[in-house]
Amino acid sequence: MSWGSPAAFFAMGGYATYVWGSYAVAAACIVTELWLLRRRHRTLARALGRRSGDRGPGNASRHP
Amino acid sequence: MSLNIWRYASPQTFYRLAGNLMPWFFALAAVLTAGGLYIGFFVAPTDFQQGESYRIIFVHVPSAWMSMFIYVVMAFWCAVGMVLNTRLSFMMALALAPTGAMFTFVALWTGALWGKPTWGTWWVWDARLTSELILLFLYIGFLSLHAAIDDVRRADRAAGLLAVVGVINVPIIYFSVQWWNTLHQGASVNLTRAPSMAATMLVGMLIMSLAAWMYAIGASLFRVRSIILERESDADWVRERTEAA
Repeated sequence: MSWGSPAAFFAMGGYATYVWGSYAVAAACIVTELWLLRRRHRTLARALGRRSGDRGPGNASRHP
Repeated sequence: MSLNIWRYASPQTFYRLAGNLMPWFFALAAVLTAGGLYIGFFVAPTDFQQGESYRIIFVHVPSAWMSMFIYVVMAFWCAVGMVLNTRLSFMMALALAPTGAMFTFVALWTGALWGKPTWGTWWVWDARLTSELILLFLYIGFLSLHAAIDDVRRADRAAGLLAVVGVINVPIIYFSVQWWNTLHQGASVNLTRAPSMAATMLVGMLIMSLAAWMYAIGASLFRVRSIILERESDADWVRERTEAA
């Protein structure tokens, strides 16, 4: 498949809105999901790290 | 020596395994996506009826397949959890749901953008489209029900039951184009006969489907790690892990 020019490629034979609209939204969904996954894991790791950091020797008995 | 697969049913072991496997699945997904998009946009020919609009197929069909497949896997883990009482099964199910919902949304969205130029409408209430929309509601219902119940074990079971009952919708989606007179076309790829499309189009679509599959595994492994940490935050191994870090 030869497009001839970059402009022809981006025009998608007149279907640019539909084709690129599909791929853009799909890409946005995946990027958003990855971002949310990373944020969730980092927030969690930070919270768990803080908790264990706060725990002095006196608090050790709190969790038998 | 025998490999004990039950060992991986322990959240602690699986946490580490998931962490080791995850990057490989994401890497595979990236490579396959690059290859699939190259074939889809630079190798596959223009469709003689639909022109270039058909290129939506390379994202639409993989998303639609994954939306159904993830649901079946999710329901399977719920059933395993309910029968065997394994904690990790429910965590896997919960980890799959948002990714499944994402693919369902993408399938519906790209379907609308494909429907407009080819059928002249964004949406029709035909059997295929309606049952796929119901699939999205099932995913949302599963997640909402789970989030609405405070006790995790009860939430797992209630949402699990919903997932298992809802699996009936998957064959309805799949066979809707045969059972009813739908605007949506029938399957182009079928196990019993040769596919009704150009070979390069088919190859591009299959590679993109593999990419979506690898991505779904990577994303759910990522999410299950967070779920394991949340649920096991009081376990010794999580304490040791976070104290060491």
